[in-house]
Amino acid sequence: MRIVVLMKAVPDLVEEIELTADETGIDREFLKFVVSEWDAQALEEALLVKDAAGADVVAVGLASDPDIDQALYTALAKGADSAVKVTGGEETMLTGDRAALLAGYLAAEPADLVMTGVQAADDIDGQLPPMLAAHLGQPHVSVVVAVEAANGGVTVRQEFAGGLVHELAVQLPAVIGVQAARQAPRYAPITRIRQAMQAGGLREVTAAAATAAPAPTVRRMFRPEQASHAQMLTGSADDVATAIADLLRDRGLVKG
Amino acid sequence: MGGNVLVLAEHDGKQISDATYELLGAARDLAAALGGQAEVALFGPRDLASQLGGADVVVSVDHPALAEYLPEAYEQALTAVLAERSPRLVLMSTATAGLDLGAAAAVRWQAPLAAAVTKLEAAAGEIVATAQILGGKVLAELELPGERAIAAVVGGTYPAAAGQGAGTPEVVEVAPPAGLDRLRMSLVQVTEPPGGDVDITTADLLVSVGRGIESQDNVELVQELGDALGVPLSASRPVVDAGWLPKTRQVGKSGLKVKPKAYLAFGISGAPEHLEGMRDADLIIACNTDPGAPIFDVAHYGTTVDLFDLVPALTEKLGR
Repeated sequence: MRIVVLMKAVPDLVEEIELTADETGIDREFLKFVVSEWDAQALEEALLVKDAAGADVVAVGLASDPDIDQALYTALAKGADSAVKVTGGEETMLTGDRAALLAGYLAAEPADLVMTGVQAADDIDGQLPPMLAAHLGQPHVSVVVAVEAANGGVTVRQEFAGGLVHELAVQLPAVIGVQAARQAPRYAPITRIRQAMQAGGLREVTAAAATAAPAPTVRRMFRPEQASHAQMLTGSADDVATAIADLLRDRGLVKG
Repeated sequence: MGGNVLVLAEHDGKQISDATYELLGAARDLAAALGGQAEVALFGPRDLASQLGGADVVVSVDHPALAEYLPEAYEQALTAVLAERSPRLVLMSTATAGLDLGAAAAVRWQAPLAAAVTKLEAAAGEIVATAQILGGKVLAELELPGERAIAAVVGGTYPAAAGQGAGTPEVVEVAPPAGLDRLRMSLVQVTEPPGGDVDITTADLLVSVGRGIESQDNVELVQELGDALGVPLSASRPVVDAGWLPKTRQVGKSGLKVKPKAYLAFGISGAPEHLEGMRDADLIIACNTDPGAPIFDVAHYGTTVDLFDLVPALTEKLGR
């Protein structure tokens, strides 16, 4: 089974996010980019499928994503069998453009199973898994928390609000949007990531994009107006603890 | 049909979900502004149409494959309904069905989609959506031009009451598409959430942890505070996804909605999905080292003191 895991670089949310001068986009120049957390979960779940049933796991990123090399070398260090950088597209945060280009790649190098994050923090125009599946004409399931090979296909667990779970049998090829892996993503020691970098091995593939879905037009971006803001408690940890304890006592929520 | 707004209904086979009523309330206002009517696409048991008195039209597709939610079956039914009804705007939730179906419909129906929408305006045939990105740190104002569009609306954006009318909508049946008889997926079994754990929705006081807790060992530190107060720990999604606390403790869109008298949030940044589940708490006190964290916009009190200093100090003061 050939499993393609799609990796996206997204702005690190810990960083201060700046808007472009015309306020229609995110200023990406000085931002730190990290692998989308859901994509890291998808990679882990793909590696668990490989561990259990055997699979050829290919980590795939867009060459236009910032710092994507680091993400792909990390995937190799964690156990992906190979890694591909897809060229042929402009740098874009629109899911529609990404889905169209990746559909072109997967038409040329088909996968039995595509696994990727159920969403990304900077999705404006929708999530990748269903868009990609629609281009490919394949079945797809989102918000998946477990994938296992079974009967020539896969069995997946799809989660709903409140923890209700549907177990689905899905024929291949298919696209799965992963919410969480069955275990926390494995750790790749820095020495192994360096080894992967020294060995090279990121293969570049130029893809011809499919026709993207129409995209919304960004009129402007802005920071949420803060209708209210917390009253900040300052001072030492002990001062703040005293203030919080008083707040809870005043409301009769703690004794004493 | 030019200005119709169509809502995708979510239900469990017996009850239409609150999210559907929220969307229907919004659909009524938008349809009025666009000169159309509010329609609801109902897949599966047709008798649920009696719960959709707030709609002008219920568009029903009924077939055994639609008895329970199945992504591919719903997608086939939605494709058929969109072709038949040609709405100007489709509204769906950002819950599991919305995540499955919205972006796929954008490709199959060739319509622009706005994800994570918190505001919709329609005037003179033009639709503008405001959407959250980057964990709620940025809002994007999006034009949805053309003759068709899709919006996935964040739960709680609109009140459910506005969609719970007592009218008698016209029920229009759409023939089940042939594809429903040759689906490439099937439902094997349904698992209810594990019971037996504490019920965080009934607690007066909740101590909640987020990504800032960094490791399972550190969860113990906050557990000591919870023990001292005699209250359960709850958590945001990353902590549950990491397996550090059970799913029964998750607050937010994919977890539970809570409304305690006080909610203490440690290391929770306040992603929109989390705020959806706790913003109605009477008192919210948040601790996060990032002064720009969105949690401070809903909290009544906040502090940027390191939680690893604050939690032990609180445990000492409140221990008994």
